[in-house]
Amino acid sequence: MSESAVEPEEVAHIADLARVDLDDDELEAFAEQFADILAYFETLDEVPEVEREPDLTNVMRTDEVEASLSQAEALANAPDAEDGFFKGPRVS
Amino acid sequence: MSGYNAYITSESIPGSEDGPLAGRTVAVKDNISTEGVPTTCGSAMLAEYVPPYDATVVRRLKEAGATIPGKTNMDEFGMGTTTETSAFGPVENPAAEGYVPGGSSGGSAAAVAAGDADLALGSDTGGSVRCPAAFCGVVGIKPTYGLVSRYGLVAYANSLEQIGPLAPTVEEAAELLGVIAGPDDRDATTRDAREETGNGDAYDYASAADGDVDGMTVGVPTELLEGADEAVCEQFWAAIDDLEARGASYHEVDLPSLTHAVEAYYVIAMSEASSNLARFDGVRYGLPASETEEGYDDDWNAAYARVREAGFGEEVKRRVLLGTYALSAGYQDKYYKKAQDARAWVKRDFDEALESADVLASPTMPVPPFERGESLDDPLKMYLADANTTPVNLANLPAISVPAGETDTGLPVGLQLVGPAFGEKAVIRAGSALA
Repeated sequence: MSESAVEPEEVAHIADLARVDLDDDELEAFAEQFADILAYFETLDEVPEVEREPDLTNVMRTDEVEASLSQAEALANAPDAEDGFFKGPRVS
Repeated sequence: MSGYNAYITSESIPGSEDGPLAGRTVAVKDNISTEGVPTTCGSAMLAEYVPPYDATVVRRLKEAGATIPGKTNMDEFGMGTTTETSAFGPVENPAAEGYVPGGSSGGSAAAVAAGDADLALGSDTGGSVRCPAAFCGVVGIKPTYGLVSRYGLVAYANSLEQIGPLAPTVEEAAELLGVIAGPDDRDATTRDAREETGNGDAYDYASAADGDVDGMTVGVPTELLEGADEAVCEQFWAAIDDLEARGASYHEVDLPSLTHAVEAYYVIAMSEASSNLARFDGVRYGLPASETEEGYDDDWNAAYARVREAGFGEEVKRRVLLGTYALSAGYQDKYYKKAQDARAWVKRDFDEALESADVLASPTMPVPPFERGESLDDPLKMYLADANTTPVNLANLPAISVPAGETDTGLPVGLQLVGPAFGEKAVIRAGSALA
């Protein structure tokens, strides 16, 4: 097993950052698995620094109005909508 | 339809009357958007989602006259190697019952293997077309990054994934690739293969399926045979013998970077997934927060977290969390940046190896199909099975998996051929000598 144990509290912190609720069983199971998986990821330490030559170019188009989804189509998959807006939980 | 649970939605979508695919059925993986037909990504989160538009590849299928018989089952959001993480139940392997069909495009491969569809589309982020092709005994192609439009493909890891064809033969897979390939204004990462290759017939892939490997050089990366199952290696070398008998020559090549490819792949893929899947919050689509017990009682973040707990399966949660961890303050240099170094190293190794070889060959999967349920409790074991396929996505290269016999217990074995960027014709030609 891995030397770098992962505590369930750390998993809970990450889950909070990722906005995913987990129950206690999931926290325990993930903590155990993450120790193994992260130990494996740590072998990336052996990778030399490699010069990267990103082959990137900007792909631009003219800023013109084109046909797009109607408001009704854009809202069709929303569980909740009001007056043509998405409806979500309150912010605070 | 046969009872392999290959489809999530069986609904016939007609194409135009004429075209190169008229009269043929092409099953489409359920993470590729189809206007008016549910597109679930194998997730409870999107069980009710109905796209208001077609993916570019779907539009091209319809224009080519294909009939889409339905949307195929898959690992949830493409995250799996066995098609067992689907919220709609696992898929059976028609070529080896009791064993997994591979993943994540397991429904597409099973539909083709069972004869339920003439052809199929899958998506390949780290092997998700080639693995199920190998496990189900059919052909699958992962195109060069940028050859096929991703517009309408629900993203898992954008920098790695391509939509690719599955078919009973190399020639049919090549023909389907010719239909879906080509630049698209709606995906700025697409390139024009005619310009990249300087060949006006670049998209005529079917003509390359002529089986003529006389004079072709095949490189065999030793790293991709180390640790591979003995029965798989036996079939692999028999296929290489076959290519030699037809005039090809082979030599071994060393790509030391490949020993770090799987971990680099998973760090990058999980990091991208943690960002991509942030959109599933139950507001624009997804499970409705308003219908959970607490409703909108508490704040935004708590409501999101509840929706995502209910909507995502275990493997998706695992990857979103690990990706969030790899990108979090203090860990980004340690994991994400090193993974990008590894990616550049893998690319360089492949480029060098392809200077002395037309194609590179390996077993597609280092192991035969798992028994169903075997890998679910051990995620790392499942990840390591992707050792031979993930390097190709890191390097943005094209690859094909073709059937290469069976183990002595009757389990399908696949052979993978990798070519240079936009060198689809080379892997199609080599593959067509075998299937």
